[in-house]
Amino acid sequence: MKVFVPTPLRSYTREESVVEGSGSSLAELLADMDRRYPGFRFRIIDEQDGIRQHIKIFVNQEQAGTLKAPLRSSDEIHIICALSGGSDFRPQTSDIRPQTNPPWV
Amino acid sequence: MATKSKARVALLIATRKGAFMLSSDSLRRDWKLSAPIMLGNIVHHIVLDPRDRRTILMAARTGHLGPTVFRSADFGKKWKEAEKPPAFPKAEEGQKGLVLDHVFWLAPAHASEAGAWYAGSSPQGLFRSEDEGTSWEGVAGFNQNPMRETWTGGERDGTPDGPKMHSILIDPRDPNHMYIGMSSGGVFESRNKGVSWKPLNQGCAADFIPIPDPEYGHDPHCVRLHPLMPDRLYQQNHCGIYRMERAEGRWIRIGKNMPKKVGDIGFPLALHPRDPDTVWVFPMDGTAVWPRTSPEGKPAAYVTRNAGKTWKRQDNGLPSSQAWWTVKRQAMTADTRDPVGIYFATTSGEVWGTRNEGERWTCLARHLPHVYSVEVAEF
Repeated sequence: MKVFVPTPLRSYTREESVVEGSGSSLAELLADMDRRYPGFRFRIIDEQDGIRQHIKIFVNQEQAGTLKAPLRSSDEIHIICALSGGSDFRPQTSDIRPQTNPPWV
Repeated sequence: MATKSKARVALLIATRKGAFMLSSDSLRRDWKLSAPIMLGNIVHHIVLDPRDRRTILMAARTGHLGPTVFRSADFGKKWKEAEKPPAFPKAEEGQKGLVLDHVFWLAPAHASEAGAWYAGSSPQGLFRSEDEGTSWEGVAGFNQNPMRETWTGGERDGTPDGPKMHSILIDPRDPNHMYIGMSSGGVFESRNKGVSWKPLNQGCAADFIPIPDPEYGHDPHCVRLHPLMPDRLYQQNHCGIYRMERAEGRWIRIGKNMPKKVGDIGFPLALHPRDPDTVWVFPMDGTAVWPRTSPEGKPAAYVTRNAGKTWKRQDNGLPSSQAWWTVKRQAMTADTRDPVGIYFATTSGEVWGTRNEGERWTCLARHLPHVYSVEVAEF
């Protein structure tokens, strides 16, 4: 499946913005990504398997809340760097749309 | 022992938007600023390994991406990320586990342990690497200690930028003997390389806790151990400046001898490398709502040359008014030259230094991002 990679993570993907990955769940996909691109996973997933505060992961148009989200090979995965810095504003789910360059960053 | 006069001094500067190196000639007269290193990364600490004088470790994260450690084996030319960065253990199903927000402090381990390092984190955690920062393991005696949450007050009891472990100090006589400082938590000591810990806060005020003379829960901002007199500790605390002779086991508030209108609140504290009685601090306004800026907008270092009995103001060369600086706990340090060079940096991005032990200050760089830390690298 296609994984869309935001700019802060492209040092891991040799500057590729879209890469291939595989897995039947988000957890499996991220394990696969970490094998291909060592260090990738921990930058966006914490040690308790939580998605980091300013990272959003969308499976097609749906935001994934946990790594248990099931995946199909036809899915597109968008990793989004959401709000970070500037204020203590915490974005609500409704504020986030999958975009390559979120306008608020 | 003083470093030979031919040695060059560089400052490793960690900022909210990347790291920088500020390098001097052998006279410490001319300084040259490097290009930014990892521009845009939030860098809390960048430290040279004094055992090989070429390896540098850097604690970084970004606004979006989680915490990690970078290592350079060639004095900052190339950087490589840790293969296994510091992280807390995964909690069992249904339990809440700790999440590491950032690595705050990096400290080379004992001189006899080549390649070994410690890292302190936010929230408070202690980690050790045996391989020059490539892989990190938690020190279970602290991170998984059943008293950890009680000692630290939990994640809500810390600095505005998160609770922190800092001031990881190794006894130069014994690699098993170490101290840590925690905001909050206090000063703790281990004599078995971190397997067990005891609070070491007797005599230190904690006027924000409604318990008289608490055993822990204090807020040391910066703790230093003198390398030539390892049983002498100094600390700049949220509640004053202190000295401890370890055999006595009690902190003495030497900040009471500071001028009353300046007070003895601040973040950093720097030691003279050869004279255990000489200490520099950089006071800040800790009154009312705690502006944490230079008192009355008039920045100055204060030095004691008699272990805290008397203090002398050192502001020659610094702005005489309207300078509302904040100098953070990692942002003041000393070199080993003779006379000693003292350096500090501000959250408004200025780096200042003196090559005559504070007699005259010079601005070495300005317009940098918010500075978190300054460390000396002599090579």
